[in-house]
Amino acid sequence: MSNDSILRTHNLSKQYKKRWAVKNLNLEVHRGDVFGFLGPNGAGKSTTIRMLLSLIKPATGEVELFGHRLHTDRARALRSVGGIVEKPDFYLYLSARKNLELIGALNGGTTKARIQEVLGLVGLKDRGSDKVKTYSHGMKQRLGIAQALLSDPELVILDEPTNGLDPQGMKEVRQLIQHLSQDRKKTIFLSSHLLNEIELVATRMAIINRGELVVQGSVQELLAKGDNYVVIEGSPATSIRKVLKSQRRIVQRFTERGGAFEVRMDFKNIPALNVALVRGEVKVGALIPKRSLEQYFLSLTDGQTSDR
Amino acid sequence: MGKLLYYELIKTFFKKRTYIGFLIAAIIVPLVEVAIKFEGDRFLQVATRRLQEDFFFIGNLFNGWFVSYQIMNALWVHVPLLISFVAGDLLAGEATAGTYRLLLIRPVSRTRIFLAKLGATVLYTFSFVSFLGVLSVGLALALLDSGDMIVIENGILILEESSVAWRFLVAFLLAVWPMLTIASIALLFSSFVDNAIGPIVATMGVLIVFLVLTVLPLEAFDSIRDGFFTKHMVLWQKVFADPIPWDDIQHSAIVLGIYTVVSCISAWVIFVKRDILS
Repeated sequence: MSNDSILRTHNLSKQYKKRWAVKNLNLEVHRGDVFGFLGPNGAGKSTTIRMLLSLIKPATGEVELFGHRLHTDRARALRSVGGIVEKPDFYLYLSARKNLELIGALNGGTTKARIQEVLGLVGLKDRGSDKVKTYSHGMKQRLGIAQALLSDPELVILDEPTNGLDPQGMKEVRQLIQHLSQDRKKTIFLSSHLLNEIELVATRMAIINRGELVVQGSVQELLAKGDNYVVIEGSPATSIRKVLKSQRRIVQRFTERGGAFEVRMDFKNIPALNVALVRGEVKVGALIPKRSLEQYFLSLTDGQTSDR
Repeated sequence: MGKLLYYELIKTFFKKRTYIGFLIAAIIVPLVEVAIKFEGDRFLQVATRRLQEDFFFIGNLFNGWFVSYQIMNALWVHVPLLISFVAGDLLAGEATAGTYRLLLIRPVSRTRIFLAKLGATVLYTFSFVSFLGVLSVGLALALLDSGDMIVIENGILILEESSVAWRFLVAFLLAVWPMLTIASIALLFSSFVDNAIGPIVATMGVLIVFLVLTVLPLEAFDSIRDGFFTKHMVLWQKVFADPIPWDDIQHSAIVLGIYTVVSCISAWVIFVKRDILS
């Protein structure tokens, strides 16, 4: 294990009857990463996370956390790890604070001040005495993050933490992840089926499909595998073509496909292109930015959805 | 370990389901005892109708001790249901609620979590049987006064008042033992399912099957009947014999203990090894 690797899996596999849910998975998460773990629904993300957190036992292979083998040295391996697995479930008849006290005891002890701190971090300080059964889904999701942070772990594993949240809630979770990574120096392992979510926060990522690792690397590297393009919907086509040919500084190249134009260009030049199109008497219906990473992801996962 | 047990007890005693047994006992015991008080001596006369053809009864035999004993006799087969409500929920309830995912990702071994749950089961069982004992004896003595105690089992026995209180104490302590057997069977079923209703139904199913096999007068079962835990569940009754058959009580306690230990070890192995998919 290299010095800054805090999570590694070695040929991790899990089989349910005859189906391989995860097969020969080799992941490596470095200290300080926001590691995006991306894959379509049913790809094996949750099964992998359950194996990382010792909820299920691998059929073969093993997990190493902070240099400790999970199978043989479970307590040490999990000492600096916090996590949420799938949806956040709690003891509904207990208050959030009592739930966190209980989890703290399982972590080896916690203080009331620490419980207040994590409740404050996720914006639940004023609702800590309320029973969890009175919480909305979004509040439970935030409480889930609070419990994952309770022991001040170095590695935080979050399994689809924005599931079921409204756009504002999703934005808040993303901001929290960035805060944890940048200000609190946590390493984040973030699973999602939303490419957009991973793109916005991750520094490194892995894509899994049908239980197998498809690709792993830095987000920059993966983005560099293609370029971004903008789809122009509008008319007349002759005017669009004329404008695109005249805008050499903005447009790298363009193609026509099914009545729409796909323009390779930097997204920051979209407003300038829009001005040029309007001046060229084009009736612009839409300018749609597309990331090649999405195409890349779709090509790697056989076109299975990455709901944006 | 102490903290784990403490929070396991918090979970158990903050849950409404835990109080179903207490509530039922708190309703049925006073109801029966008040009714008996108003029925008066007729209750004793019905209970001793056949014996009165041969004996004269002198003194206050219709008293709190007698009624408490009758209530214990009537309830011992129903209390297991109330025990299994809680014990059956201890592990399966976590699966149903999805809270295994909260508990079992911590740097604490599953064995310690299991031991905390087992401890909570023992304390719940003990507290429930104690509650039943204090309520039935305390209320019966308050309503019906004290005196010598008449025991009608395969004959008639009058126990002096001075020896009755400690006999009740020992009887209730012994009554905890078979209830722990029931609780451990419920815990075993609870360890391998994700639905809390299943263990309750399965435990009652096992109890009914064993009860039927115990009381059926079939020779085929004679040689193995002593191994049925249901045959030994009334070991507490033997405290009200004179002299007390301690050897029999010890034998029954061992048989019940074997069921308890085997159930607990099986539950532990399943719990430690199982994949959490809920």
